[in-house]
Amino acid sequence: MYSFWDVNVAMLEGSVTTLQMFVLTLLFALPLGLIISFGSMSRFSPLRWLTKTFVWIIRGSPLMLQILIVFYGPGLLFGWKALPRFTAALVTFVINYACYFSEIYRGGIQGVPKGQQEAGQVLGMTKSQIFFKVTLLQVVKRIVPPMGNEFITLVKDTSLVRVISVYEIIWVGESFIKKGMIWPLFYCMVFYLLFSGALTLALGWFERKLSYFK
Amino acid sequence: MSILQVQHIEKHFGDTRVLEDISFELEQGQALAIIGSSGSGKTTLLRCLNFLETPDRGRILVRDKVLFDAGDPATQRESEIRKKRLHFGMVFQSFNLFPQYTALKNVTLAKELLAQERPDFKQNKKAILEGIEAEGRALLSKMGLAERAGHYPHQLSGGQQQRVAIARALALSPDILCFDEPTSALDPELTGEVLKVIRGLAEQKTTMIIVTHEMAFARDVADQVIFMDGGIIVEQGDARQVIEHPREERTRQFLSRYEESSVSGQ
Repeated sequence: MYSFWDVNVAMLEGSVTTLQMFVLTLLFALPLGLIISFGSMSRFSPLRWLTKTFVWIIRGSPLMLQILIVFYGPGLLFGWKALPRFTAALVTFVINYACYFSEIYRGGIQGVPKGQQEAGQVLGMTKSQIFFKVTLLQVVKRIVPPMGNEFITLVKDTSLVRVISVYEIIWVGESFIKKGMIWPLFYCMVFYLLFSGALTLALGWFERKLSYFK
Repeated sequence: MSILQVQHIEKHFGDTRVLEDISFELEQGQALAIIGSSGSGKTTLLRCLNFLETPDRGRILVRDKVLFDAGDPATQRESEIRKKRLHFGMVFQSFNLFPQYTALKNVTLAKELLAQERPDFKQNKKAILEGIEAEGRALLSKMGLAERAGHYPHQLSGGQQQRVAIARALALSPDILCFDEPTSALDPELTGEVLKVIRGLAEQKTTMIIVTHEMAFARDVADQVIFMDGGIIVEQGDARQVIEHPREERTRQFLSRYEESSVSGQ
């Protein structure tokens, strides 16, 4: 029989994958989302429609299905070698979350009053100075709450990589069932709650950091 | 000598003609008030001068130099427009202060960014930035806001915010300072402090264009008045002359409606 300690060690190992998936997804999806949001706000309408269609497809279909397509698709369609499981899952998460983020960025950018940009213009600022010195921090302040929602969803969505057998918390929990232990599967919840709890605290701290202006 | 010449400006928004054949001149050190009802094109005219709108026809000259010519695309390059905007300062109706910066930083930010383009910025960085900050503080105390330098916009009243905005516009020493209904977003008890500051600038012979609904203020402070209606200049001339003895029927009607609705009855 496995001890409580053994279960914890195994789950912590699984948590490493979850944590890696979480951090790497944010690392790539946050900047990619900004680029996609510029596409969806472009004055060049073919680019705008292409971007919007792409965002619609990604946001409009299940993440689990997308994981399966990225992992099995290349092999089934073209006979290519499949990506490593973790990489396939990460690629899917980055694309999926970047699309969600892009809409949050768009809302944040368009929510900054036009007068802010105009005030920068009449003061002789360049477009990039206006973006980085005037608009950006106001956008960040606006998007922290909706982004926080997405971050917490992402913590839990990492469990979907289970469908292509990536070793993570749920995988560990299930593996104990085969060894005759039921409770570790339920015990997984504690790890997710700790994770999202820490995240909630961090986001609250960040929100307070930005509360010096309105 | 005219510091500003506006020649035959015309502006359409879709099928709507907002400005039609607008021409006027402004002398150095003079204040020009633009009056007229809402939708008469006053604000659009000011926005054209600040290159926030592009006129469809006409020319704009500052110190006899063509800044804008609707018929000459070379005068409309984005990179040059940025520099040309510096001839004009703009004070907005809704202040448009940058909320994440203190009053002082609002005043100094643009100048700091411009200073970065100076070839000697790297060597003299400290001295340059200190100089800009000192100028910023001086401007704020001129606005009666010396002790508010470290406050953020949301900690200031509307009147204080607008005075910071005036300091911000003055910081770049524009040739012509434009005001777009500077007191319209303020509670009545706060308009006085802003008008007083503008009056002070007029006394120091700051070249200004003021779009306003404050008739008594326009009469007393401005040298010239333009009355606009339906996108055209109906009447222009000496401020006291136009407001007290208008020649045109439309001006008379506008001003009499104003007197009826004005409680102060000056």
